[in-house]
Amino acid sequence: MTETIEKIEHLDKKRAKEHKEKEILRSSVTLKVLRANRAAGEPARYDTYEVPVQRSTTVLDALLWAKQSKDHSIGIRYSCRMASCGSCGMKINGIPRLACYTKVSELEGSTITCEPLANFPHLRDLVTDFSQFFAHHKDMKPYVQNKAADLDPSQITKLSEFLQTPEDVDKFLQFSYCIKCGLCYSACPTVAMDTRFPGPQALGQAYRYFADTRDGASKDRLDMVDEKHGIFRCHFAGSCSTVCPKGVDPALGIQLLRGHLLGFSKSEKKAAELKDRSKA
Amino acid sequence: MLKESQIMKIHYMTGIAALFVVAVHILMRLVMPYNLSLEYDNVILNYHNLPYAVLLESILVLIAIHGFNGLRIILLEMRQSRGWEGFVTVVTIAAMMGVIAYGTRTIIVANGLSLG
Amino acid sequence: MEVADRNNREGLKGWLNPGRYGWERVSYWLQRLTGVGLLAYFVGHVYETSSLTQGIDAWNAMLELTQTPLGHLILLLVIGMSTFHSANGIRLIFAEGGKGLGKPGRPDYPYDAVSLNYRQKSGIWIALILAAVAMLYGASVLFGGE
Repeated sequence: MTETIEKIEHLDKKRAKEHKEKEILRSSVTLKVLRANRAAGEPARYDTYEVPVQRSTTVLDALLWAKQSKDHSIGIRYSCRMASCGSCGMKINGIPRLACYTKVSELEGSTITCEPLANFPHLRDLVTDFSQFFAHHKDMKPYVQNKAADLDPSQITKLSEFLQTPEDVDKFLQFSYCIKCGLCYSACPTVAMDTRFPGPQALGQAYRYFADTRDGASKDRLDMVDEKHGIFRCHFAGSCSTVCPKGVDPALGIQLLRGHLLGFSKSEKKAAELKDRSKA
Repeated sequence: MLKESQIMKIHYMTGIAALFVVAVHILMRLVMPYNLSLEYDNVILNYHNLPYAVLLESILVLIAIHGFNGLRIILLEMRQSRGWEGFVTVVTIAAMMGVIAYGTRTIIVANGLSLG
Repeated sequence: MEVADRNNREGLKGWLNPGRYGWERVSYWLQRLTGVGLLAYFVGHVYETSSLTQGIDAWNAMLELTQTPLGHLILLLVIGMSTFHSANGIRLIFAEGGKGLGKPGRPDYPYDAVSLNYRQKSGIWIALILAAVAMLYGASVLFGGE
């Protein structure tokens, strides 16, 4: 235990040192924001705002300062300000990032360019439409399917629970940390071309449920992604995992799932035990 | 109709197999000075050697399958409509068969040719 | 088939500047370009070889066209492309089958993705180095007058 804590402390110190070396301190930056109302047919233009910043200022802070003090009409979607809701995804200096999770001090140059996420239909300024993205997610049936258990809350006849070991949980836990921010979808080179490709987020979720010992629909999940525009259109460019702000590593999930389709990996999934907890 | 996973297994296997046969094909250019290996008589002698002719045919088939399937994948990602997908499948299969037929003709004819 | 909204899709522009996402994206980009290049060479090679069937004069005329400094440069490029495509292709076959990527676990800040590990990056670098070595050897054979 002490050894683990020491290891974590050592890593923290190393990271803090690396971070400090990369940090660029300035008193102000220029925000270059893409502006357009697509519904009104407006062409895109860039507006610039000089924004005072401190060491801890995030790009979202800077944008909100510009919105509050310079131009109320900047369109931006945000909510939690702590990388939990996944609302403030945008291209910052050309790379998809969460505005609330990107500090100004970690970006090079005195101008920060903010643009809407690529590969999502553009609505207004920094706001994009997530309907296609969510539709792909929904297509993967992102819920536990198990015929032995009463999973439909309207028809529960008995109270039962699954038993899983911590090792079973570790197989899918990181994929369940997905906040659906869309950064992976925006970075993926296949999504950039192929509108029918489900994208890293949806395929990562397909693996999340495939690996879950409570789920009994493994074969259906494999069949679902084994089609022309399915999982084999991923070419492991890894950009999804590079930009993921939560460590989900969708590329890992996709390749592991594909390993099962190709026969590289044997399905050793042992179904979770179902315990009836109904009182007699 | 093959499933995509079956097509990709073929893609991977043809890729690996092609690697070995192409390596032999290149080595044949290096067993003697490179320029000499390209002289008409030497090349025709290669084609008269039945195992080598079979090797050339296998290179032709393996790379045609691997290469045109790769092209199919790239083209499928370019546009999405039933018409385009059908067009891509037909065109890549036709091109693959055309190249195999044309190359096979060269191998058969050269196999029967006498030395210059 | 539902026609999806292509508004704001990056399209082929997404292929530009692959370096912004790291080595794996560069490898994706090179694997595609070398694949297309090799297919074009393969078709051209099948065509040029067919001159054999028209006799020694046609074969020598074809050699005169291709065995030039420019022809040798193209061949050199083909040697580099085929070496990279093969070496990186083997890495990709294993990676796309879920091998050599590491195991899922409990991610911790700063969330370095286990799939983008040094085994994968080394694979890409080795493929690039092998391609360079093969091109050097090819140059010594093609231009060295052996």
